[in-house]
Amino acid sequence: MNNDVPVSSRRPLRHTAVAALGAVSLLALAACGSADPTPTTASSPAAFKPVAQEKGSEITVWADATRVPGVQAYQKTHPDVKLKIVTYSGDANGANDLQTKVQLFDRSGSGWPDVAFSANVNDGTWASQGKTPYAAPVDKGLIPLSTLNGFAHGALNPCKANGSTYCLRNDLAQNVLWYNKELMGKWGYSVPTTWEDYQALGERVAKEHPGYLVGTAGDAWTPEVYFWASQCTASTTTGAKKVTVDLHDSKCTRMAKLLDSLIAKGSVAKDTVFSAGFIKNQASKVLMLPGPSWFGQVLFNSTFKIPAGKIAAASPLKFEGDAKNYTGNVGGGLWFVSSHSKNLKAASDLATWMTTSDDYQATAGTYPAYKPAATTWLVNQRSTGYFANDISPVFEEAAELIWPGWSATQYSQEAIYSSTVIPALNSGKTLIDTLDTWQTAITDKAKSLGYTVN
Amino acid sequence: MTTHPATERSGRRGGRSARNPVGRAGYAFVSGYVLLLLAFGVLPTGYAVWLALSNSRNQLVGIGNFTRTFADYRFGPAFLHIGLYLVVWLASLMILVVLLSLMLHGRMRRTSTSLRFLFYLPGALAGVASVLLFLILLDPAASPVGWLLKSFGWDSLAQVNAPGHLPALFTVIAFWTGAGGWIVVMYGALNSIPDEILEAARIDGASTLQIALRIQIPMITKWIAYMLILAFAAGTQLFVEPQLVSLASWGMIPDSWSPNQLSYQYAFQAGDFNGAAALSVDLLILGLACAVLVVFRTGLFDRDTG
Repeated sequence: MNNDVPVSSRRPLRHTAVAALGAVSLLALAACGSADPTPTTASSPAAFKPVAQEKGSEITVWADATRVPGVQAYQKTHPDVKLKIVTYSGDANGANDLQTKVQLFDRSGSGWPDVAFSANVNDGTWASQGKTPYAAPVDKGLIPLSTLNGFAHGALNPCKANGSTYCLRNDLAQNVLWYNKELMGKWGYSVPTTWEDYQALGERVAKEHPGYLVGTAGDAWTPEVYFWASQCTASTTTGAKKVTVDLHDSKCTRMAKLLDSLIAKGSVAKDTVFSAGFIKNQASKVLMLPGPSWFGQVLFNSTFKIPAGKIAAASPLKFEGDAKNYTGNVGGGLWFVSSHSKNLKAASDLATWMTTSDDYQATAGTYPAYKPAATTWLVNQRSTGYFANDISPVFEEAAELIWPGWSATQYSQEAIYSSTVIPALNSGKTLIDTLDTWQTAITDKAKSLGYTVN
Repeated sequence: MTTHPATERSGRRGGRSARNPVGRAGYAFVSGYVLLLLAFGVLPTGYAVWLALSNSRNQLVGIGNFTRTFADYRFGPAFLHIGLYLVVWLASLMILVVLLSLMLHGRMRRTSTSLRFLFYLPGALAGVASVLLFLILLDPAASPVGWLLKSFGWDSLAQVNAPGHLPALFTVIAFWTGAGGWIVVMYGALNSIPDEILEAARIDGASTLQIALRIQIPMITKWIAYMLILAFAAGTQLFVEPQLVSLASWGMIPDSWSPNQLSYQYAFQAGDFNGAAALSVDLLILGLACAVLVVFRTGLFDRDTG
């Protein structure tokens, strides 16, 4: 022991530490309230009371880099509107920035953006909830019903809660069957119309042209492409914060078995289409690929660099026993008008323009959710000359075929599939093997966010 | 026996500061740090403790938030993940940093300046940028060391990121980004050992290994303890690495892989700041327990006698 340090000098420190520890212990033992977090209260849209409005005041807009040029275009055509544009992640690729910041603004009582874009289609589930939801109900006088009725059937479903509409849909991500028309013709294959035909063709491709692919199961959005189209009850909302999760339903197992058989044969990859390895080694070997409408330009043209005139789109597939074909939905952005905005008129006008204007939507990269803009958008797509067929009828058909049984939830099916199923697939397990684990993961996550699961 | 300067100083402490402005200068120098410590260290910690003991209605709930978060299905796996990571990370950090520092200080003095600079370089980059750099290295298709990854049988990013590989993977990233700074610190500590002592040992016939084990390492024990405390605290708070690797691998790593990520999920997905604070306090207690243990076992705060 060091004799130079007086023993007494440590005592006050110790006493302070003991006193602090004692105080914290007493606080810890004393309890007069419940530790359960505040239950999510659904706010009635009728009760929405705007804050005091300041006519002509500046509005702040948060958008991702892709949407910012659109906002700038709005600014050019509306020079009288005072705009502050903030570029952020747009909640793309699983980012959670908007909710994170709004949670903090809720605590500090200021800072909410007047208008916000989110690429996460699930964001409507939290933005419409709470004592004072972030999003304003746009159908209570902010945006005319005639405008809202112009969106594709079901497009605004992720925005609906408590009997009201809390956002505007930017774009749709309906799935179609993409295929290489040149190769299909060269090899004498017919484009399948049912999942059974698709499976049979996948098995033939594996045998006759090993290395070529008809799909991938290693993408985060595999559930949205395959299982949603199969009407699998992986996430069926039955009420406010009530969800049904049943991956053992025959409509789930039929798709799991189909994919397992093609993975085993080698014509469905376990990789993701956006991985460097896939782009380098397998992109040129894609014969067919069920996937969202944005795959056309974003994946085949910009990422895979497949030359023009080869890639075509066909209708979404159906199982032979089903009366109708359905598709899933892989994304589709949302525009929110903040309930805290001091200039709701300007904020609503901007959100409306961004989602419905031909000036912007007709030239956007993805399929507009607003039907008149989508018609013009398709004309523009034809004029690019990239596709090997006219994609318009297929896109318009698929836009109306999104299965309504799979609802937007506060949790992401994509993230759960990625962290639970993809590692299992890569370790040699089959999809059928992982259904139990996958089901538990969805159920646990839903419960942790206050959902009742049955 | 002469009077020790410390004793002398303590005897005239009261009068000196009143008469001599140099005495007050010390307080002026530390005041900025103390203010920042209070604003960004003590007050947020106090607020976190209060949040952990209360609910969103500001009612005291005792240890309710702790038991609630403890029962969460993600709590066990998150702490298990971080436990495994700490074992790999702390063991490799302690052994490799000390070993490399001893080698630089002993046999490689000529090149040690350049090597210390090279080791430090990754740490000079911002933490996030370093992790991003590593994300490219981990993808067999894009990595310049793809051949090495493939030699392990890993042909895709998904195989590299398999759940069982993660503790080792994060250790490699953390070592790359943080160990260089510690090597510089340890080298400085080794320099503080008087050459006469090492020379005497050599004359007495001690081998390099014996000098390292019996003289150098015991004499820099306090520095190693200091590194252990900080590395433990940083390790339990792992966040950036799993978060970024998860984003880069399209979500293949669970969003609550580490306790800090779980805390983030509580706060910003569920809006449950009280639960998040309880998890943060758990980590604080773990870090403090490690620090107290190491401080008392190594006598880190004891003053060296002259």
